[in-house]
Amino acid sequence: MEKENCIISLQGVSKIFDGQTVVDNISLDITKGEFVTILGPSGCGKTMTLRMIAGFEIPSEGKILLNGEDITKIPPYKRPINTVFQRYALFPYLDVYDNVAFGLKLKKIPVPQVDKKGNPILDKNGEQVIKMKHLSPKDIDQKVARALRIVDLEELEDRDISTLSGGQQQRVAIARAIVNEPEILLLDEPLGALDLKMRKEMQLELKDMHKKLGITFIYVTHDQEEALTMSDTIVVMKGGNIEQVGSPMDIYNEPRNAYVANFIGESNIYGGTMTAKLKVRFLNHVFDCVDDFPVNEKVDVVVRPEDVILTKIEGKKDQKDICQGVITEKIFKGVHFEYLVEVGKSEITVQDTRNREIGDIVKIDIEPDNIHIMKVDLTVNTFLDAWIDKENRVRISEQPFDVDVTQLLPNSTLDEEGYLIAANGKKYDLNDADVIAEVGLSNIEIIDGYDNGQCNGVIVSIIYKGDHYQIMVRTDEEEEFVVDTMYSWNENDLVSISIKPEDIKLTIKGDIAKYEVQ
Amino acid sequence: MVKVKKVLAQTYIWLVLLLMYLPVLVLIVFSFTTAKQVGQWSGFSFGLYKNLLTSREIWVAVGNTFIIAFTSAFVSVVLGSIGALGSFYSKKKWQSLYDNVTQIPIVNAEIVMALSLCVMFTFIGTYVFHNEIASYWTLLIGHVVLSIPFVYISVKPKLQQMDPSVYEAALDLGATPMQALRKVIIPEIMPGVLSGFLLAITLSLDDFVITQFTRGAGLLSGNSQIETISTYVQSHIAKRPVPPELRALTTIIFLIVVVAVIIITIRNIHKSKQAKVRKGRD
Repeated sequence: MEKENCIISLQGVSKIFDGQTVVDNISLDITKGEFVTILGPSGCGKTMTLRMIAGFEIPSEGKILLNGEDITKIPPYKRPINTVFQRYALFPYLDVYDNVAFGLKLKKIPVPQVDKKGNPILDKNGEQVIKMKHLSPKDIDQKVARALRIVDLEELEDRDISTLSGGQQQRVAIARAIVNEPEILLLDEPLGALDLKMRKEMQLELKDMHKKLGITFIYVTHDQEEALTMSDTIVVMKGGNIEQVGSPMDIYNEPRNAYVANFIGESNIYGGTMTAKLKVRFLNHVFDCVDDFPVNEKVDVVVRPEDVILTKIEGKKDQKDICQGVITEKIFKGVHFEYLVEVGKSEITVQDTRNREIGDIVKIDIEPDNIHIMKVDLTVNTFLDAWIDKENRVRISEQPFDVDVTQLLPNSTLDEEGYLIAANGKKYDLNDADVIAEVGLSNIEIIDGYDNGQCNGVIVSIIYKGDHYQIMVRTDEEEEFVVDTMYSWNENDLVSISIKPEDIKLTIKGDIAKYEVQ
Repeated sequence: MVKVKKVLAQTYIWLVLLLMYLPVLVLIVFSFTTAKQVGQWSGFSFGLYKNLLTSREIWVAVGNTFIIAFTSAFVSVVLGSIGALGSFYSKKKWQSLYDNVTQIPIVNAEIVMALSLCVMFTFIGTYVFHNEIASYWTLLIGHVVLSIPFVYISVKPKLQQMDPSVYEAALDLGATPMQALRKVIIPEIMPGVLSGFLLAITLSLDDFVITQFTRGAGLLSGNSQIETISTYVQSHIAKRPVPPELRALTTIIFLIVVVAVIIITIRNIHKSKQAKVRKGRD
């Protein structure tokens, strides 16, 4: 299924590197002239994808087509593709001019041969003889001058690379790539080493440059804001897979799953359940919504902070009728305030232009249109607001589960006081650390009766999946565990659940550095 | 107080310089007198320089020394640089092994290397060639083995300082792997290669132990044992006194080095002032 105007097409591309699958069977078509951003956290395979397009790595499986031609195994120097490298990779012993001229000096172009009178020289088949020739010094000079003008560096052509600032080096790297007039320009986190102000400037300049040159840009970054600002199309990657492809608007407004929503922009994400047609329950309240999902299905709900409407109310009302909470944090952000509102045991981040006070009781309204419901890919139970308690256990819906917290840092250990000691000797206090806990569906054991496991609940649904049952257990704290099991249970059975410590996978929210003990 | 400090610092530097250059100065002064015993002054004369010009023995030794120095330095620079490149592009765990193995000969006593080479050459000569193989070639191998580790350790850091993606950048801009090596990697490691070359020359020039154990007949010495400056001096020291012409010879060598350093310095100053020329521009 080849798209019209598709310049580059990845077809079932995988890359196994040192026994690890870095890129896992991805397919992607990129339209000519587009600004495409591949977005994802480090280690998601985005740079490897770029390197395969550039030709530095050969895919373990799959094909890469350029204008319909298979280039999977063509070496980089034969591809009409140029790269702007992460740390520029400029040639330090050449000055600015010679760096930019490097590609042109190597380039050979076909020149039709003519004799002294200007008549074409023909070979014995009557076709004009064509020789491959280097560009003339004059052509090279003109092209270099033009490229330097585009990046605004014509004054600095005689300077040594080491005397340039980061931003200037960045421009040289871009000039060096675009001077070859590539069909595709690859940019590997090119703005990562610049300060914030430079980065913003360069973002706009790159976008402008893209418009002027009219060639395809493929940009790799982990910065969602950069992606939203510059791209025509964003490709969100995770763990070697493509999670979603779409325009910035699409990805922001209609994220396909909780991962994408979490990665793009600020968002409140909840595990919810469809209670009736076009009704979804989260934050302990049933909201109207516009997405039609089967009743009793577990879903993820995304609410953007700017879409929450707060109204001050006097005194607590019954939770059944309205969704209400208490403001616990307030940050002035210039254009708006950012509030953290505690709703029962959950929290919601809200952006509001009205000045409110901490401690205010507020009613929470969300327009049905602004509640975005996503299908949950039920391969694991994901608990987005788990946290670590004093005894280094993970609290899922306030219930403590024994867990191995050393998985949060490779090669770390626990000392006798319960601090996490990293391989480099740094010490972390994980008490109250916010984490995401993941438990496989088949790693949860259901035990008959209350108080026989780590957590009590009631079975709310049983679905027969052909060779096993998928059972949903709702705990007293309104958290839901989905369990794959061979055994049959009945709805409304009171049960306990138990999870082995090694089956709980933890991911820290944010940077672990904030839990470091000085 | 500050002034005193400055004076002290100055004095210290001059004292160190004096210690370094005083012996050379004494040597230069005594190269202008013909007295056999060092320290005796029998009047100013160019006699030693005259004798030096006519002493065939000494010129043969000088010639041999330089031929060996340059050929062995060239061979070890080529082999050592290729070795550093190969090690740099191999897997991490192998790389540290290579680094350590090449380091051993540097700290090892030279006599061990000399003896083992001598034994090996005798062994190969006896059992493979059924003949004496000690010659210019065995001497060359000896000197190359001596200086390769030094070339390796002066090239390797240059590779490690290099941004590893410059090679890929060159490929990306249209260079074939060979062109990338020639136009990007080699210029980048050139300072290391040059200092490796100079080190190799210096090591070979004043080497005695390995030379003594690996030399055979050949070069300018014709059918007799190859004589270098160091073996020549050694053989004469044994009989005493040291030939006075050597004072003139070392003075000349010292002056050549001084002139070379001055020329290089002047050239560098001149180069940085030169305006850049862009081909293809009016």
